[in-house]
Order: sequence, then C-alpha cells, then structure tokens
Amino acid sequence: MAPKRNFLSIVLAETGGRVLLGLLLAAAILVPASNLLLPEGSFLHVPTYIVTLMGKYLAFALLALSVDLIWGYAGILSLGHGAFFALGGYAMGMYLMRQIGDRGVYGNAELPDFMVFLNWTELPWYWHGFDAFPFALVMVVAVPGALALVFGWFAFRSRVTGVYLSIITQAMTYALLLAFFRNDMGFGGNNGLTDFKEILGFNIQAQNTRAVLFSLSALAVAGGYIMCKLIVSSRLGRVLIAIRDAESRTRFLGYRAEYYKLFVFVVSAMLAGIAGALYVPQVGIINPSEFAPAVSIEIVIWVAIGGRGSLYGAVLGAILVNYAKTYLTGAMPDAWLFALGALFIASTIFLPKGIVGTLPAFGTGKRRGQKS
Amino acid sequence: MSKLGGILGAVLLLFGAILANQATAASLEQGIAALGGKSFKARIAAVRALGAGGDERAAPVLEALMAGKLFTRKADKKIVIVEKKGRVYFLTDAVSGAKIGQAVKKALKKFRVNNRMRGVIRGVLGALTLLHKDPARRIAAANALFRSTSAKSIQLIEAALARESDDAVRQRMERALAAVTVSASKDLTMREAALASLIEFTDPELRGLLGRIAAIPGDPLAGKAAKALIEIEDRLALWQTVELIFQGVSLGSVLLLAAVGLAITFGVMGVINMAHGELVMIGAYTTFMVQEAFRAWIPDAFDYSLFVAVPAAFLVAGAFGVAIERGVIRHLYGRPLETLLATWGISLILQQLVRSFFGPTNQDVSTPSWMSGAYESASGLVLTYNRITIIVFALLVVAGIAIVLRKTTFGLQMRAVTQNRAMASSMGIRTGWVDAMTFGLGAGIAGVAGVALSQIDNVSPNLGQAYIIDSFMVVVFGGVGNLWGTLVGAFSLGILNKFLEPQVGAVLAKILVLVGIILFIQKRPRGLFALKGRAVES
Repeated sequence: MAPKRNFLSIVLAETGGRVLLGLLLAAAILVPASNLLLPEGSFLHVPTYIVTLMGKYLAFALLALSVDLIWGYAGILSLGHGAFFALGGYAMGMYLMRQIGDRGVYGNAELPDFMVFLNWTELPWYWHGFDAFPFALVMVVAVPGALALVFGWFAFRSRVTGVYLSIITQAMTYALLLAFFRNDMGFGGNNGLTDFKEILGFNIQAQNTRAVLFSLSALAVAGGYIMCKLIVSSRLGRVLIAIRDAESRTRFLGYRAEYYKLFVFVVSAMLAGIAGALYVPQVGIINPSEFAPAVSIEIVIWVAIGGRGSLYGAVLGAILVNYAKTYLTGAMPDAWLFALGALFIASTIFLPKGIVGTLPAFGTGKRRGQKS
Repeated sequence: MSKLGGILGAVLLLFGAILANQATAASLEQGIAALGGKSFKARIAAVRALGAGGDERAAPVLEALMAGKLFTRKADKKIVIVEKKGRVYFLTDAVSGAKIGQAVKKALKKFRVNNRMRGVIRGVLGALTLLHKDPARRIAAANALFRSTSAKSIQLIEAALARESDDAVRQRMERALAAVTVSASKDLTMREAALASLIEFTDPELRGLLGRIAAIPGDPLAGKAAKALIEIEDRLALWQTVELIFQGVSLGSVLLLAAVGLAITFGVMGVINMAHGELVMIGAYTTFMVQEAFRAWIPDAFDYSLFVAVPAAFLVAGAFGVAIERGVIRHLYGRPLETLLATWGISLILQQLVRSFFGPTNQDVSTPSWMSGAYESASGLVLTYNRITIIVFALLVVAGIAIVLRKTTFGLQMRAVTQNRAMASSMGIRTGWVDAMTFGLGAGIAGVAGVALSQIDNVSPNLGQAYIIDSFMVVVFGGVGNLWGTLVGAFSLGILNKFLEPQVGAVLAKILVLVGIILFIQKRPRGLFALKGRAVES
C-alpha cells in the first residue's frame, strides 16, 4: 500500500471506480438537465419515463452494492436482502401514505384507505410519526438496520455460516413475506401501499420531482460506493476479507469475526433500506412481493454477473441484468425466465469472477483471490 | 302375442296403482277433514286414525296442525296449510301438497288444537316418520325423538326398532331410545343402563341432554350424568388431539417426501439443489402424463395408474437429476454457494419449460377410487384415505432409502464418498459415477414425491416453489446428512404447525414455525441430529 492514504486516493484507486463515479455524477446532472431543459423533439432529450426507469435501475444498483459489500468482502451470501430493501421501501411508503391526507378514495384524513376499508377506527401505534419526513428517513435505515442487528447477532454469534446462513436468510424474508401479506399487519396486505400523491409537498408524478429523484438516486449510488470503498479499504475491510477467505484462521488470530460481520451486515442492510426508499417514490408502489425469496436471489445474480468483490461490478451487473429484464419481458415474455436461468448457470460456471473480473477492459490487474 | 299381453298387463297394473292411490288420497282427505271434528275428543280420535293409517303424507299436515298453520278456506271448505309472510298467507293444499295461491286472514278459518291434542300429535308424528319408507327420514325421526321427554316415545321407538332392518337406522334409533329412556323412564336401573350405553357418543345434542339431567335437582341420575359428561368431554378433547396429530403427521409426511430427496443431495453430497422443487413438479407432471396414457389406452385399469406413475416419475426425475449433475453441478463441487445459484437458474428454466409445454394452468390429476373417501369413526373422527396412503407411502420411501443406503453396494460406496472422498477414490470407487447416481437418486425421490403431491395439491408449474423453502427448513432443522433427522424434523414441524394453527391461524403458525427454526439454528447450527467429523466442515 502507498504510504499516504488520503480519502481521494482510496476512493479513486481503481479505474472502474473512477469511471463509475464520473458516470454517476455526469448522469446526476445531465439526465435531468436534458429531460427538463431540452425540447421534447430534441435528439438529446431524455423522456421522463426513461428517467424514472433509470432511477429504478440505480436504486437496484445501490441494493446490489449492499449485497456485494457482504458477499464479495465478508463471504456472507444473504438470500434475504430483498427484505431489507422492502422494509426501507415500506418506511418510505408509509410516509407517502400519510401525505395523501384526505385525498384518498374514502377522503378520511386520519386513516389510509385500506384501514378505512378494514373498518379500523384508529391509526396503529407503529404508523405514528410517519407524517414527519425526517422521522421516515430515520426509519428507512433504522428498521432494516435493527432487523439486521438482531438477526446477525444471533446468526454470527452461533457461527451459522455458508449455506446454512443463506437458507435462514431466505427463511427470514419468506416469513416477512407471509407476515406482510396479512391484512392484520396494517401494511395494506396483498396490495401494499400505493396511490401516492406527493413527497415533501411536490407532486410525485411531476417531471421535476422525477428528475430530482433520479439525481438523488445517482448521488446515493455514488455515495454508497464511496462508503463501501472506504469500509473495504480500511483495516476493518482487510479483516473482513480475511474472514471471507479463512474465517477460522482469522478467529484464531484473535479477531472477533462475529463483530466484524455484524457491523458490515448492518451497514449493508441500511444501504438496502435506502435503496428501497429511493425505489418506492419512483415506482409508486410497495407490496409484499418484494419480500419473495426469488427476488432476493435475483439480487445476488446481479452481483455475480457484474463481478463480486469489486463494488462497481455490482452496479454494472444490476443495471445490465435489469436492462435485459426490461427488454426481454417486453419483447419476448416467455424468454425472460429462460434467459435469467441461463444467466445463473453461465455466470457461475463460465464467469465465476463476473464481467469485471473476466473482461480485460476492466483490467485492474491485481485482483485478490475470489474463492468462496 | 304374449308380448302384447305383457304390455296390456302392465298397463292394467298401472291403472290399478293409480286407482289405489286415489283411494288412499280419498281416505286421507276424510281423515284430515275429521281433524276439524266437533269436540276435542273426536279430533284426537281423528289424529290417532291418521297415525294408524300409516300414510306418511299425513305427517306434514299434523306438523302444520301442531304449529297452528292448518286452516280451512271459507269459500270452498278446502283444508290448507298456510305459510305466513307478512300480511299475506300462502296456501298449500293439505291433501295434494300443491301450492294454491294466497289469501288474506279473513278468508281462512284456523283448526284449533289444545295441549292434550298436541301431545297425541307428537307421538303419532314420531311414529309416522319412524316408519317412513326413506331411511334418511327414519333417521331424522329418531334424531327428533332424541330430545323427547315423554315416556310414550319409548314404546314408539321400541315398536319401530322391532321392525327396523337397516343397521344405520337401528343404531340411531337405539341411541334415541337410550336418550329417551334416560330422560323419561321411571325405572332407575333402566336409566342407568341407558346412560352407560350413551357414553360412547360425543355429539353436542347428547352433551346438552346430559347437562340438562345433571342440572335437575334431586334426580338420582344427576351425579352420574355430570360424570358422564366430563368423561365425554375429556374423550372429545383427546380425539381432537388425535385428529390434530393425524393432520400434523399428514403434513409431516408431505414435508418428508419433499425433503428426503433433498436430504440426500444436500446431506450426502453437500449440494444445495434449489431445483429440487422443480424435480418434484416434474414427478407430478409425469403422473399427469401417465394418467393421460391410461385414459387413452386402458381406461379400465385407471385405478392402477399410480403404480405405474411411481416408477415412471422416479426414472424421469432421476434422468433429469443425472443430466443436471453431469451438465452443471459437476463443475461446481466445493463451491456450495455457486451451486445454489446455478441450481436456482436450473429451477427457473425447468419451470418455464413446463409452462411452455403444458401451459400455466393447473393440470387435472385424478385420485384413483381406492384412495378416495375417508375412514369415519363413530365419534366423528375423519381420516381421508389419500392422506393415510401418503403417510404410509412416505414411510415406505424412507424405509426404502434406508435399505439402499445401508444394505447395498451402491449405498456403501455412497457413504464412503460422503465420509472421505479422497480415500474412497483411492480405494477404487468411481466417485464421479457415485455422485451422478446419488444425485439421480435424490432427484428420483423428488419425482416420487411429486406423484404423492399430485394427489393433494394443484399440478401447476409453481408446484415446486411452494415446497422448496419448507423442505429446506426440514433438512436444516433435522440435521444435514441424516435420514433419521429428516424424518423426525418433518413430522415434528408438521405436527407443530397443525397444533399452532387453531391458536393463531394458518399464516401466523407458519411464520412462527419459521422464526422458531431460525432461532433453533442459532442454538444448534447443525440441526437436531448433527453429523460429526471432518465432512461437516466443508
């Protein structure tokens, strides 16, 4: 390592990272500018629906980043990260629901429509506070973080590792899926939360709002990348990599592996929660299907395709796979599952290091051992 | 000629029957008319006469009379049964039973009854329907008399019982007799005997009766009735528990079938096969194909189609399994997380493949006649035959696997490879071949599970998805690489689920079980029956 390790030299150490940050910053400025300032017919004009679509991809990219942080650097394969994403999304959705006020179908200022429909008379206690945006923002990271803390504390303390951990994370998200499907939970049951009107007083459908949300998503991915990069480049990051490659040995050297894993797991869950919070206002709905185990496994494949353990690879993978999904489900709906299945198989057999680890264009040269 | 004669005879007979019917109708009409006699004495005699006539068509008339619904239409003196709706009276001809319009109250005159008459009617009514041609009506009459507190009913039932030949009806009548004896007889020993004979039943009506008797102050039987009531309720609780256990075992056997193949591939080979559910689905679709073939070519032998479907599903799913192992998993040994992802990809492809071939809708798989129906005990315990079959089948499959693992050369080689791959290889075991066969065996058993699941679940491309998480839970809970653990795990999860369900509802029960397993794994990270040794650490 170079003797001088300042902030920029760490964050901009790799070509891929430099390119990613450059692109994200450019997109954060240029895409909204083109959408808002250029006339409709212009060659360089980006239509609003594309802005929203790209914003959605960026939310997924942040989610992929959070999975890469734990899978690529700590060897924790979570098959339940969709749960943290969805919880963040629900926290944001609850704020957006409160903003509807009396403009719902039933015109009840106190209760969201679905509660009126269920004949509830008052707001459940856990809905209080969500009228305030700052409180909702805290919840976006606090709820996934708390779940990750409790879950991780139990799991890592008793040294549940490898496939066992993967399977119980899957069980966790499955249990949440079933729970959120229940109407009694007070989260809109099957239909989830939708019909949002405005965010911070701005119309959620408006072109301006969408452009701002896109920029925020791009900046969030950039921020997420910088944070993850700082974590994995620190001493703590080096211990994480040691844990990934030889957990027992690291423990015998005197490191409390469970605390390192717990820390990074909670950070990752919070990032996933932020991704969910960015996703919901752009897509306009959050429902229990985000908890489905299949969704969480799909996130892992974004990372695997992009290349685990490089951070920017995860961003690339998320955007590529989701673009392919948008394209294929539109062009050949039947082919999508075949393609996705083939991606899973091909990426594990032929591209164990993902795109960035295989293509020389990304030649970072000095890649560390990537064995699981 | 003789043919013509025969037809002529038949026509004559028919006429005769119609004439006879008219004759009885006439006498019925007279009998009913007599109900409006001058004195109550005459009316009671008329009721008795109707009873003695034994014509069951008199029953609704008597019922109407007792309920105050029998009237005479003043205009034409026709006797009608009246159904009052608001201010309007809807009329039914008492003799023919035909609907004959409506009338206002003024146009009608009510048949009057007094209490003495009601008592007589009740007895006659019971007797009339107790001798009805239709066994279902006789059972209903017996059940109606169950509540009777009149000592007369005893003789009535006894008389009917003497003539009864249908076993099911006899049973109900005996029960009613015992109940009436308990509540109406004067003879204490008779009552005690009757009470003792009633104890074997559990229905709410009987419990109500016993409760009433227990509450009568000074009744010498009150104490015994109360005791009998407690005994019955205890037994009822026991049966409910038995039924819950049965449901739990039934769910457990389904889980066991779905999980046992997984236990082999996961436990023996350390391979996480996320496509396991889809192999189950392939087994179910094979069942569908086999049944279609039976329908097309040998419909007579349809009942035996499952006996063909089981080996067919084993072979088809097993072939898929071997192909998956040779094609994909072989390249990923030692990388369990990658295997998990690759097999997930395979599961997506298999699902879409089946969806493309068969369509996304459910396929119709029928249950053979020997598996439909249910065992019903006198107490109301219902055990369906298909569930019983699946429980037995699941146990047979596990026993079969245990035999293969313990007693065959292949099983020996498999265990050797599990315990120490390098050593087994150097002893001359073709580990690659053993891997392929083991995976094939696990897949084949998944297919066999599919045959069973096709009998109780919808055969659709999503069939496998519904079971994959549950079966992983079973394997992880029971302990990897351990058949016994899978068995215990499946049944305990099944029973736990069913016992939680009545308390908290089906969905919450499932959530609680999942959370319970997550917590359990913290306590015992290697499951209920953990394997020990070096193989574990991979």
